[in-house]
Amino acid sequence: MNSVFLRLRLSTGVCASALLLCFLVTTGQLHAADELVSFSNPEHKVMYQELLREYRCLKCQNQNLADSDASLAGDLRREIRRLIEAGGNQADIEEYLVSRYGEFVLYRPRFNSKTMILWIGPFVLLVVGLFSLFVMVRGKSSATRHKNESSANDVATAVVLSPDLPDAEKLSRARDLLR
Amino acid sequence: MASWLKLLPFVLFLGIAGFLFKGLSLDPAELPSPLIGKLSPQFTSAKLPASDGIFDSQSMKGEVWVLNVWASWCGPCVAEHPYLKQLAAQRDVPLVGLNYKDEADNALSWLRQLGNPFTHLLDDNQGDVGLDWGVYGVPETFIIDRSGRVRYKHVGPVLDGDLEAHILPVIDQLQQEPLT
Repeated sequence: MNSVFLRLRLSTGVCASALLLCFLVTTGQLHAADELVSFSNPEHKVMYQELLREYRCLKCQNQNLADSDASLAGDLRREIRRLIEAGGNQADIEEYLVSRYGEFVLYRPRFNSKTMILWIGPFVLLVVGLFSLFVMVRGKSSATRHKNESSANDVATAVVLSPDLPDAEKLSRARDLLR
Repeated sequence: MASWLKLLPFVLFLGIAGFLFKGLSLDPAELPSPLIGKLSPQFTSAKLPASDGIFDSQSMKGEVWVLNVWASWCGPCVAEHPYLKQLAAQRDVPLVGLNYKDEADNALSWLRQLGNPFTHLLDDNQGDVGLDWGVYGVPETFIIDRSGRVRYKHVGPVLDGDLEAHILPVIDQLQQEPLT
């Protein structure tokens, strides 16, 4: 009994450490930038970590500078750290990167004549979509109303002109139609 | 409903499909360099072998020159190499080789084996010069005009078609331009 309990505890322990190991390994892969970088002040470190997520690694284009293991990304992290420690702000660092690699390095493209379609395109499409939806719905409902009115008119005319029906019958049918 | 409005979804579809189709033939790894038309980054760099002294980019002023970024660890550079030799043989143009993030010994023995087309061979062991030129892959080739402006950039190996179609014509054109 005691040995079973012990084995159970042991295997739980093994499982837990295996899980922990998996966790450590995966988080390690996700954040290549969590190298041992030291900063003279904690605000610089926060800025560094935030900025690395804003810029694209040119070598492996779907990763940001924080995630990439490419040596170019390492160099750029080093330069960004140097610029931050030298008192540079975000605009300085952006200028450094854009002057070398172009605006492609920014994950958030700047708003200018070339990128305008990216920024406002979706809203233009939304407005066009809503407008056509409005036009279609309005067109359909007015067509239905028109159709209903004309068929009621036809029935009324047929009833009034019908020679076989007594006047009382005509009157009651007309009332039905008007109801 | 107006008939042009009925066509609108189809027109939108054609527009989007057109963009997507164009995208199929674009190479996402090839980025336009923001350096084109701008003064090239100024730098000094140790030469290879170190006994050759220091290279100063200022010394190239007044000449059309070519900067080729390469490394002995770079596979495509081997494919490119015969065309660099061809370029050096066919045109009277200084060909500056920037040895990027490489070991000096490896670089020199690579050149002993394959031949050395470079007028100046520079040691960019730390990749600092490459960083200023916005190098993001090796090989890359830049052509700089007489007044020191970067006029052309080729990303990836310069192969047969590239030499005839782009590199040589650009060099010829720039050599005819007067110094401004």
